[in-house]
Amino acid sequence: MSRELNLTLKVWRQDGPDAPGRFDTIAAPGINDEMSFLEMLDLVNERLIAEGQEAIVFDHDCREGICGTCSLMIDGQAHGPQKGTATCQLHMRKFDDGAEVTIEPWRATAFPVIKDLMVDRSAFDRIVEAGGFITAETGGAPDANMTPIPKPVADSAMDAAACIGCGACVAACPNSAAQLFTSAKVGHLNLLPQGQAERYQRVEAMVDTMEELFGSCTNHGECEEACPKEISIDFIALMNKDYLAAKFKNRKLLSRK
Amino acid sequence: MTINLDAKIPDGPIDEKWTNYKFEHKLVNPANRRKYEVIVVGTGLAGGAAAATLGEQGYRVKAFTFHDSPRRAHSIAAQGGINAAKNYKGDGDSIWRLFYDTVKGGDFRSREANVYRLAEESVNIIDQMTAQGVPFAREYGGLLDNRSFGGAQVSRTFYARGQTGQQLLLGAYQQLARQIGLGNVELHNRTELVDIVVVDGRAAGIVVRDLVTGEVTSHSAHAVVLATGGYSNVFFLSTNAMACNVTAAWRAHRRGAAFANPCYTQIHPTCIPQSDDFQSKLTLMSESLRNDGRIWVPKDPDDNRSPDQIPEDQRDYYLERRYPSFGNLAPRDIASRAALVEVSKGHGVGPLKNGVYLDFGEAIGRLGQKVIEERYGNLFEMYERITDESPYKVPMRIYPAPHYTMGGLWVDYELMTTVPGLYCAGEANFSDHGANRLGASALMQGLADGYFVLPATISNYLAPLLGTKPVPTDHPEFQAAEAAARDRFAGYLSIGGTRSPDSFHMELGKIMLEHCGMERTKQSLEKALSEIPGLHAEFRKDLRVTGDGESTNQTLEKAGRVDDFFELAQVMCLDALTREESCGGHFRAEHQTDEGEAERDDENFAHVAAWEWTGDPAQPARHVESLEFDNVHLAVRSYK
Repeated sequence: MSRELNLTLKVWRQDGPDAPGRFDTIAAPGINDEMSFLEMLDLVNERLIAEGQEAIVFDHDCREGICGTCSLMIDGQAHGPQKGTATCQLHMRKFDDGAEVTIEPWRATAFPVIKDLMVDRSAFDRIVEAGGFITAETGGAPDANMTPIPKPVADSAMDAAACIGCGACVAACPNSAAQLFTSAKVGHLNLLPQGQAERYQRVEAMVDTMEELFGSCTNHGECEEACPKEISIDFIALMNKDYLAAKFKNRKLLSRK
Repeated sequence: MTINLDAKIPDGPIDEKWTNYKFEHKLVNPANRRKYEVIVVGTGLAGGAAAATLGEQGYRVKAFTFHDSPRRAHSIAAQGGINAAKNYKGDGDSIWRLFYDTVKGGDFRSREANVYRLAEESVNIIDQMTAQGVPFAREYGGLLDNRSFGGAQVSRTFYARGQTGQQLLLGAYQQLARQIGLGNVELHNRTELVDIVVVDGRAAGIVVRDLVTGEVTSHSAHAVVLATGGYSNVFFLSTNAMACNVTAAWRAHRRGAAFANPCYTQIHPTCIPQSDDFQSKLTLMSESLRNDGRIWVPKDPDDNRSPDQIPEDQRDYYLERRYPSFGNLAPRDIASRAALVEVSKGHGVGPLKNGVYLDFGEAIGRLGQKVIEERYGNLFEMYERITDESPYKVPMRIYPAPHYTMGGLWVDYELMTTVPGLYCAGEANFSDHGANRLGASALMQGLADGYFVLPATISNYLAPLLGTKPVPTDHPEFQAAEAAARDRFAGYLSIGGTRSPDSFHMELGKIMLEHCGMERTKQSLEKALSEIPGLHAEFRKDLRVTGDGESTNQTLEKAGRVDDFFELAQVMCLDALTREESCGGHFRAEHQTDEGEAERDDENFAHVAAWEWTGDPAQPARHVESLEFDNVHLAVRSYK
């Protein structure tokens, strides 16, 4: 059933944030196609260590497509060729024997390379810190069934909340914009009744922080295409609408002070 | 150092203990809280919730994670749900019933008072998380939906599609992010704990290594909280994330924190079977699938027909046969062992004959594909991505895999370890699940500890310290611990042997899975204990870590973690060897009934075994905290 693949990897190696990078060509023979892409890299790393060379640094953790730690541009596509799939769940059966596979880190100014294929995505955390929460300190919550939420609303909020914060949307965007990530968090919270009190402050603070750190959106739609959770760009439209409204509403709130 | 295993359980009837405790313990006035510093290590459900809540309360908190962001913690991978005694379904649930189910599910090896408190707080968790915007599944009327889970006969599990852990963790992460934005919590990401510092018998702080620069530094505080998860990765192949490790708990253990019940490990019944030898991790399929999936194997071990060609009367629905009242929803330990029995008898299915079927054919026929898709769509997709088979068409193949560890650092009722000022929360402690954890209870415990228990109990320790300053990090104890950590990592780099850390880890994992896994015997455990020290010695002699210690080096990180797994593995085997009974996830083949069920020995083993570090990993000292059952009648656990 399973095949063996002989691959040639072109891997981006970079010794540190300020070091110049390069592509290393690494042969990867005898790859069982039942393996996941990251298991293939594990094996390549074991072989590199056996040769006395330094292993390729890459971010990964849960290997179930949920933690959002893994990344990688594979042949120019964020998370590789399989739609709606994070790199950790991509399997080698999607590759042909003899293929040359190019592996790069996320490329974005807001995501500086730390080493090899590992980048710093903490700019995403800055956006969430700016307003990606509902202020509900521990202790004072009312009964969970006090506010019924229509199922379609809860479902839409969940669609947005499914974002894993991997950064593929930014990496795929020609402008390195973070609209899809930001709108997913804004959409999740702004759709829910619990999120209404801070709705307009939230969207303004998050979008303004995003604009400071990332590029601008010009509606390419590459983000949705690359998203391993297939989050819809409709959330960007919702965010834009709320952002526009916020510019008026928040000014009114200011004038009442 | 002497170990004091006083659990400090409050007086009074069980349903008043927590309330009494909260009234009687010492508080810190809100204006004084900013004078205290607290370190929280780990940012999963327990750590993230604790850091956020302590920040909200006004303490100065430093949070540490080895991930790039707090949102990556492995709590995120929990799929099925979170239990709470809300009784929203009106099917007879109550705090008392959740308490009883949890004690029984843990095979009567947990502390009654802790479990009762957990059941009490469960209802607050759902309220809190809903207020924070966790999009739990809803009915059409807008109220919260529930489903049932193994080991319970009521529907008390709240869920957010098949990604409940993700949504709860993001909830906690958002609260933490808010506190970071407000400046109440200082976050140190990509920073790994490498030692705990104890000064004058109290936890004084931690030593950490920056995973980007390799720099080793110290941080001190009035109290230290470890919420660093479990140790299933000692088995190499487990459902845990790749980076999960025991180092923080183990370093604390070496500094005086007792390690309790290390042999209580949970093997989850529904994981995707291993497909090849290079596999580095196993993927869990949520237990919730057992609500609608039926587990079976062909009656004839040589039946190689495809599953749809095997007629009903030639299938053995062995869980339904052996446990008619719980059927496919039998608790995890029981379901796992039953699968092991079938596979060892040769009834296994799949190319490597290493799985059993989990079949949705009947449910799809009864409910339609649309309903099944709504309930489990993302799990089915994930299964298909990994195996290239669609569970809508052919039954899933599943097999048990190490998943959760009930054992962990010993803590008292206040979640304090045997080192004053050092706390432990979530999976990293041993407290609430006894010898087996029920499904959907890990999220509950992590959040109860982090949001409600720890923030309430820590003030009892901090209050008398008013006016004191944390020990300065230039104290000789810190300097010595830093130097030892630098030497340790430089040591790995300088061995210059031939084998990678992973190759040792894989070999250790095989020993543990074979000899200290789902079924243990005196002989197998003694064999493991005779093999591990030799392999550890070889590790110290023949390890090869390439690269250097001055930039990100994942091989070096792994070496430190594997080194600690070697020591932990020994105490796990010793604990399993000395516990001459079968209970929950600990199944000693010598102790079983005629029907092959676990046989407890309440007379001699109704206790917690807490191990003390003596300097020699092969010779730790065993201490005992006896368990009193005043509210639950000790019974043979039956799910028949």
